[in-house]
Amino acid sequence: MSDEVRTLVIDGRDVAGASGQSILSVAEESGVFIPALCHLAGLSEVGSCRLCMVEVEGTARLVASCVTAVEEGMKVTTTSERLLAYRRRAIELLFMERNHVCSVCVADNHCELQELAKTLGVTHFELPPLHPACDVDATHERFVLDHNRCILCARCVRVCDEIEGAHTWDIRGRGTGARLISDLGKPWGESTTCTSCGKCVQVCPTGALYEKGRSVAEGKRHRPYVPFLVATNALGTGRQL
Amino acid sequence: MSTIEDARAPGEGARRRPPEPLVPEGERRVSANVCQAAGCLSMQSDLVLGALRDRVEAAGLSDVAVRRVGCLGLCAAGPLVEVPELGRLFDHVQPDDGAALDSLVTTLSGGEPGGQAMAKEPFFSHQVKVVLERCGQVDPERVEDYLDAGGYEALTKTVTTMSPEEVIAEVVRSGLRGRGGAGYPTGLKWTTVAKATSHDGKFVVCNADEGDPGAFMDRSVLESCPQQVLEGMAIAGYAVGAQHGYVYVRAEYPLAVKRLNSAIRQAERSGFLGKQIAGTDFEFHVEVRIGAGAFVCGEETALLASIQGGRGTPRPRPPYPAASGLWGRPTLINNVETYANVPPVVMRGGEWYGSIGTGKSKGTKVFALAGAVVNTGLIEVPMGLSLRQIVFDIGGGLVGGKKFKAVQTGGPSGGCLPEELLDMPIDYESLAQAGSHMGSGGMIVMDESTCMVDVAKYFMDFCREESCGKCLPCRAGTVQMYGLLDKITRGRGTRHDLDTLQSLAEMVRTTSLCGLGQGAPNPVFSTLRYFRDEYLAHIDDHTCPAGACRLDGGER
Repeated sequence: MSDEVRTLVIDGRDVAGASGQSILSVAEESGVFIPALCHLAGLSEVGSCRLCMVEVEGTARLVASCVTAVEEGMKVTTTSERLLAYRRRAIELLFMERNHVCSVCVADNHCELQELAKTLGVTHFELPPLHPACDVDATHERFVLDHNRCILCARCVRVCDEIEGAHTWDIRGRGTGARLISDLGKPWGESTTCTSCGKCVQVCPTGALYEKGRSVAEGKRHRPYVPFLVATNALGTGRQL
Repeated sequence: MSTIEDARAPGEGARRRPPEPLVPEGERRVSANVCQAAGCLSMQSDLVLGALRDRVEAAGLSDVAVRRVGCLGLCAAGPLVEVPELGRLFDHVQPDDGAALDSLVTTLSGGEPGGQAMAKEPFFSHQVKVVLERCGQVDPERVEDYLDAGGYEALTKTVTTMSPEEVIAEVVRSGLRGRGGAGYPTGLKWTTVAKATSHDGKFVVCNADEGDPGAFMDRSVLESCPQQVLEGMAIAGYAVGAQHGYVYVRAEYPLAVKRLNSAIRQAERSGFLGKQIAGTDFEFHVEVRIGAGAFVCGEETALLASIQGGRGTPRPRPPYPAASGLWGRPTLINNVETYANVPPVVMRGGEWYGSIGTGKSKGTKVFALAGAVVNTGLIEVPMGLSLRQIVFDIGGGLVGGKKFKAVQTGGPSGGCLPEELLDMPIDYESLAQAGSHMGSGGMIVMDESTCMVDVAKYFMDFCREESCGKCLPCRAGTVQMYGLLDKITRGRGTRHDLDTLQSLAEMVRTTSLCGLGQGAPNPVFSTLRYFRDEYLAHIDDHTCPAGACRLDGGER
């Protein structure tokens, strides 16, 4: 890890970051908004939601800003017609992939997917919903896993592994058949590794993981751990690219 | 009811045990090389080998060998038996066809050649064998055969007379590019790994997770001459400073795995793998890792994750495996065919290799010629040959004299090339410019009865099944594209669907994490580019011009 400073331009603004820091992280610090769902400061990056893709001058391809380190003299554009179109399409793909019905969702008004759809101006969908048959795992004493709302961002997998150290969660299957699993596919309530810490529930961006007893729109996140996660990152014990 | 005892019934067991080749004790005058690669084996060439052996023994021919060899190339005419000393190839040799076997034995005993031998032209004209030089000539399960054919001379030369830098310089000079599909310069990759510093070792990995529909080049090489791949890996290990190698083979290739394992054991016993190779201090160990049926594990970062025992999902690059690969150490990954090219490059020099092929695409390329051509099989041609020469000269034209429509190269991330591009030379640049790519070497020929929208749908179906599910555009985008293509082939599509398909394809190509997703829309793009009228016929006229689709949605 190096403390060298890199200066670059994001959306016309001169900004500075440390070498090894991601474009997304520098943008966050500088107050530039780049949409992202799999990214959560303090967790390792997987680069899977592809919402944070940005244009870098001199590079033909788009780059995922969460997994691309800043470089000296880089010129980054975070918003353009093309990027906006791709991001709207990505949000649409997510909404159509599982069964997202905001009006009856526990996370209504506390949902990052819903919030992003509003921010990006997604007003209608062209693609048909896939309507997969998804289970709800309510075997845990305090929490519920609703696959209908899961977007496979794997924040829960990472927070459980990297912060709690339990690695209860992982993903099974492939393609649209991929599913979040606890332990080796056991019901959550029977998991022998889960510590019931609730970190996964707090970092879930949608209504896939929530506390039992909450009704529609009551799934407000408290995220008591999030400042801690960011703090560990800032202390230098966290991850850099 | 079937029991273990039933499964072990003597008849079954006896049939399953492959017949052993016949090696004469004294001088060998002629030999019958019976193809024992998967293509001919599926047509009972193992029984042919047994029957021929019995007859040769019965005829008392003590100077005739009946040998087990790898792929002889012309899979369509199998089972194949070659008598190299007489330059004759026998096709369609059936194990129960007494007359044919008798005439073969007559030929072997020095009598008048039997009637069934086929002309070697035109299938073998135009072909230049570098990778396949020893395929069909050596017994894949006998290292002695490989040594007799000059095997391991390149490795011995490398470790005893050359410095790692000289080896890499030779590979750079050859202009060899990665044969797995992307065509990255091999010498450059080797240089990068060689320059990477590591205190606890480096790795050499061979990607044998060949998964493109219709492609069987790597399988044939591993089944026919696994030693050549191991030799290439060992040379690479010496060049980049690695002592350990892994071959990642898909589980669907059991025969290749078996022969590879036996080749590793024999190479170790002969002193060409393991410690003190060729009497020097250089050591190199190879292990086989078997895939679990995921196409995406052919992507290098997913492959590495799988070798490490993790889920086979790609990760963003950089860091590239050359800097941080297996267990975070510098790792060289090349394809089977790339490694098989290395021993000839070292033996004959990069200059010689570079003299074959075109400007930026040097050497030869192995293709698996499949689909609606007469001569399907395994071919190796110099870069720069035209598609027409491959399809019509080597391939012998289309089955049943039907009209040519397209040739698909590059697998699910490749494209379909129409008739007007038949004279295009086959090299990395031309193919990419035409909207396809070299890929690993699958080449599927399609005739007029193939619907191109249906072809795009087939490949999209493949990609949605094989998407690992990690990144959103590939996971959900391929499913949606498949849905749109399905709707069009049913005659229910609209012009608006076509626009949606195009914009979605653009998005998936641009934003996907790895090559699988980035390449998944290619069959759609290339068919839209060259066969847009077929899409429109389905949409506007509710007809399938090729007559392949069942349009049930004429009335909306």
